[in-house]
Amino acid sequence: MSSEFFIPDLEGQVPTPEGYFGAYGGKFIPEALVAAVDEVAVEYDKAKADPEFSRELNDLMVDYTGRPSALTEVPRFAEHAGGARIFLKREDLNHTGSHKINNVLGQALLTKRMGKTRVIAETGAGQHGVATATACALFGLDCTIYMGEVDTQRQALNVARMRMLGAEVVAVKSGSRTLKDAINEAFRDWVANVDRTHYLFGTVAGPHPFPAMVRDFHRVIGVEARRQILERAGRLPDAAIACVGGGSNAIGLFHAFVPDADVRLIGCEPAGHGVETGEHAATLTAGEPGILHGSRSYVLQDEEGQITEPYSISAGLDYPGIGPEHAYLKDSGRGEYRAVTDDAAMQALRLLSRTEGIIPAIESAHALAGALEVGKELGKDALLLVNLSGRGDKDMDTAARYFGLYEADTEVAADAGADDTAEIEGDAK
Amino acid sequence: MTGNIQLLSDTLAKAKAENRAALIAYLPAGFPTVDGGIAAIKAVFDGGADVVEVGLPHSDPVLDGPVIQTADDIALRGGVKIADVMRTVKEAHAATGKPVLVMTYWNPIDRYGVERFTEELAAAGGAGCILPDLPVQESAVWRANADKHGLATVFVVAPSSKDERLATITAAGSGFVYAASLMGVTGTRESVGEQAADLVRRTRATSELPVCVGLGVSNATQAKEVAVFADGVIVGSAFVKRILDADGDETAGLAAVRELAAELAEGVRRVS
Repeated sequence: MSSEFFIPDLEGQVPTPEGYFGAYGGKFIPEALVAAVDEVAVEYDKAKADPEFSRELNDLMVDYTGRPSALTEVPRFAEHAGGARIFLKREDLNHTGSHKINNVLGQALLTKRMGKTRVIAETGAGQHGVATATACALFGLDCTIYMGEVDTQRQALNVARMRMLGAEVVAVKSGSRTLKDAINEAFRDWVANVDRTHYLFGTVAGPHPFPAMVRDFHRVIGVEARRQILERAGRLPDAAIACVGGGSNAIGLFHAFVPDADVRLIGCEPAGHGVETGEHAATLTAGEPGILHGSRSYVLQDEEGQITEPYSISAGLDYPGIGPEHAYLKDSGRGEYRAVTDDAAMQALRLLSRTEGIIPAIESAHALAGALEVGKELGKDALLLVNLSGRGDKDMDTAARYFGLYEADTEVAADAGADDTAEIEGDAK
Repeated sequence: MTGNIQLLSDTLAKAKAENRAALIAYLPAGFPTVDGGIAAIKAVFDGGADVVEVGLPHSDPVLDGPVIQTADDIALRGGVKIADVMRTVKEAHAATGKPVLVMTYWNPIDRYGVERFTEELAAAGGAGCILPDLPVQESAVWRANADKHGLATVFVVAPSSKDERLATITAAGSGFVYAASLMGVTGTRESVGEQAADLVRRTRATSELPVCVGLGVSNATQAKEVAVFADGVIVGSAFVKRILDADGDETAGLAAVRELAAELAEGVRRVS
């Protein structure tokens, strides 16, 4: 197969051998994990240089995931974005319904190469958990998924999917009972069971080599999209836009465009009820540099270094940290990050559903809401590329409650659906 | 003002001269309250502990099991601040003349400022710090400041640490080496890991520093077992659990930790 699906970053500009992207990254881990994390780095370096690994991964990406993913132009949606042209990179059409499978297949192959028989992972929205459970079923690995108790409730469908796939799902009851706490618990498991267990980390955060390795497995998103949009629109986009929780789908989209100085890279963080309310998870907008989950990056924290509890309607973005490469892109000015409220995201979710027949994940809806803003800012000649990182099936319960779509609420629903345009413009703040 | 690294070394040397292991206890600051925590530390010293590690509670204690997580939660909900941790160190040391260390995660210190933290800890009479998520290769700035203020940098080694790495770690550390008895988080266990003795032996081969064993040690029998091969026995969760079990009865909690310290102090006097 074509070699474009897995193209590791062999240029070596960032990170440094110690895992630093500028001032961010590194390896802040307990001694008990040093040997295991080093083993991952060594094995990944070997795998990168091994054509057999690339061949195996590329075959999986084609035959199992269904790559390349489509690029879809969404003109009816774009009418609400100042007349800009908008293309969606359809990671929602991947097997398991999100971009997460790209990284999971890569790390699952690595797990086999390391001779480990058990995989653990954290999950927020459940998309990484479902992808991990899927790969474990495919490769015959034991699988335990840690998920905050709050998230097991708001993403109950994905809990059932993981269990159907044979994974054990542990509801984490500590702290804010969301993604951060699921990661804490996964680290505790890893320390105790590291001999036979690989921690299949789901985002571009964590200790080196995870930020670089997970990025490499997702680079395919931007590599494909760059080629596709050149074919379809005849030029590079004015902006590449993605939602940012830990930052994996965003880095996956952005990375191929980093050298293209005219392409703005715009990450959309969850503003929750509004950054000014304190109830948000907009780490790059409102955080400060600190250490969380093994690397230095921006962190939502108080003045004494205690991590503050994040909030977002989106379980997948409800995280007080961010991958170190995003911190580096922000500080260098190459990346731009803006915050999108729950309400703006939910309006964008409904708008895409009704104008294009595509129900996005609430996570991805943050990027769509960002695109509506950016389109209006840039005007009708703008060309925008948006990463549709996941599909919205898992979010139907949350969305139905938000919009009042259940039987008892039908009158409310009819009322709330009256005028999409007015609501989008009114709420996208 | 300079910190009490020498007092720590002397204390461990004295235990060794008495042909016994030192007893090192851990209790979080602010648990169950700041004053209650100080009283608990005094009680533990009174019961026979040689050294105390004061925990600076963190919102995300990834290396701690449920017992210490619960205590950290209680302390943080009670509003414990770094200033309270410093006061705890100061009062515990002033009242007993014994070495008191701080154990915490790296982010609170990084955020507070390494310079400011080490200066204040030394001024409070602290002897050093244990920072289990600050690996040696990221520790240069910390160590420079700790050295400047006379504070020990106690590194953790684990059964998974390779010999070459043990040498790097012990060369950078001071005070003593914290040998994790097993691969896992804090918490009481039925038995001490079999890997502990081997790890102590491998660590000693790289350094003259005392090697103290922690994780999972909770009773006198285990303490005695560990004292046979280690320079010190570190006990944390078992103390915290006694206070949790006292369920708000401060007098009962203090009596319970004093009693446990006395039992353990008996255990580490291994001469038979």
